[in-house]
Amino acid sequence: MNRADGWHRLAPVSPIVRAGRVAIAVAVLLVPTALRGGDLTRDWPQLAVVGVLLVLGFVSWLVTRWLIDGDDLRIETGLLRRQSLRFPLAQVQAVDVVRPGLARLFRVAELRLRMAGSTGGTARLAYLPEREVEPLRARLLALAHLGADGVAPTDEVEERVLASVPTGRLAASILLSDVGFLAVAILVGLLVTAVEAPAATTEAFGGSAVWVLGGLTILWRRFNQEYKLTVAEAPDGLRLRSGLVALTSETIRPGRVQAVRMVEPFVWRRLGWCRLEVDIAGRQRRKGEGEAQRAPLRAVLPVGSRALAEELLARIVPDAPTDRLRPPRRALVKSPLRYRFLSFGQTDSCVVTTTGRIRRVTAWVPLAKVQSFRRVQGPVQRRLGLASIHLDTAGRSVHANLRDRDVREADGVLGSLVALARAARRSR
Amino acid sequence: MPEVNEGQLEWRRPSPRLLTLRRVQVAVVVVPLAAVVAALLALGTAAWGAVLGAGVVLGLGVIAEWIARRRVRAWRYAEREDDLLVQRGLLFSRLSVVPYGRMQFIDVTAGPFERSFGLATVRMHTAAAASDARIPGLRSAEAARLRDRLAELGEAQAAGL
Repeated sequence: MNRADGWHRLAPVSPIVRAGRVAIAVAVLLVPTALRGGDLTRDWPQLAVVGVLLVLGFVSWLVTRWLIDGDDLRIETGLLRRQSLRFPLAQVQAVDVVRPGLARLFRVAELRLRMAGSTGGTARLAYLPEREVEPLRARLLALAHLGADGVAPTDEVEERVLASVPTGRLAASILLSDVGFLAVAILVGLLVTAVEAPAATTEAFGGSAVWVLGGLTILWRRFNQEYKLTVAEAPDGLRLRSGLVALTSETIRPGRVQAVRMVEPFVWRRLGWCRLEVDIAGRQRRKGEGEAQRAPLRAVLPVGSRALAEELLARIVPDAPTDRLRPPRRALVKSPLRYRFLSFGQTDSCVVTTTGRIRRVTAWVPLAKVQSFRRVQGPVQRRLGLASIHLDTAGRSVHANLRDRDVREADGVLGSLVALARAARRSR
Repeated sequence: MPEVNEGQLEWRRPSPRLLTLRRVQVAVVVVPLAAVVAALLALGTAAWGAVLGAGVVLGLGVIAEWIARRRVRAWRYAEREDDLLVQRGLLFSRLSVVPYGRMQFIDVTAGPFERSFGLATVRMHTAAAASDARIPGLRSAEAARLRDRLAELGEAQAAGL
């Protein structure tokens, strides 16, 4: 597909893969009609939609081209509204290779470059031939790391697998999560109805079908996304690979992790399980945008033992604090539910905080990544002589909050953290 | 006193005109509201009712003025060697420490009210959306000085993500 001036095209099957999902949905809708020997011509609107999508996809493919120009990736696209996008490779936070089921069938893959910046841009090349993706990924990462003079490693660099998740445990953990409980409850409810009052079953099922389908979709998506997740360490970053039908492989550049979070839900804690997530710079939640609307964090470890999580953590955040300081007892008045989990710890380069009401959430923030500090004191806290210190990061959702500390302690810690963060910034 | 205040810190405050501006803003809402309430009550009840209604609204206005005055006094900021401190808030007191090196860009905005008083708001943005370094009610000259100084310091100390 190369042309003389260095511009590249996407894979020619891209429009088919893009329209494919809709085509499959339409086909599923049409199957009953076809089986009943019905007249398919009556369903021409659905077929027309697929056709239009194909044509639009083809036009989009025709006018899209990309080029690596020095330190930048350039993408030009759009027929009527021509867009010329330029992505500076030095700002790449992570590189993802995504292969949905249909794309795998056609041996193509999508390449995504996740950029820094709170307005958040993602460079997407959908789709590229499978065999071109790996070399391109390596080349982009080398360019990002070394600048324009960087030479892409010719052979595959060796990587060290740090952890992988057994399928049985993943399935169990999903069933033991909030959505899982809901799905199980609905299924049990349906079964009970079926046994007790068979006559009412169809009605009950009809009523709850949407919920059942929705729940199953969420469960399936989680399972599909985190199936056989493998974490490996390579010179060009942390590599995450997972997927059952849709495969994703992700490379997080070294030193781009803004914060790490460990979540231990109530039931998991009894089993000694936890989930480890990393946060990298990217689009942040805007004002008025709800918690649910933001993309969930990428799990480095969807489910695993604490020991394994701590081992991984040591790889991602060296020098994590081990000692934790509890807040004063009077904090119980201000945060009765959180009190038992509240604590914080610090070393010269990292701060850890724990919080949570039912589930325990532990957040690690390297001081070199802290964007700003805030000391906040509300009316209740003032009465009790408490204050909180927030550490703001460029990550999407993990922030460390030293909640409800003694005022004098908080002021001392704020002063020392500001100085340590300054030293950490300088030393890089 | 917080330890970040160590050494001789030169706290600055927004211009006194900010208080005038806030008072005008309160008055712009309260006075017409009082007039409307008085007029409506005058139609339905006796004159004393209208006077009482207007009095209640004006009383609330006085309370609002008192709150606004205390809130304006709570704002202060200090330029240190490596970071900017901004303190604000009455009920929830907040102290932000924003290192110059973390600054991404600076906004200077002035709404119609602020502009007619020759005031402007300076806001420092970092890569974190939660960062909160906003100083309202600066005289235009001071806002421009602060903007230029912050930009200069930010460039000198810039640190990557």
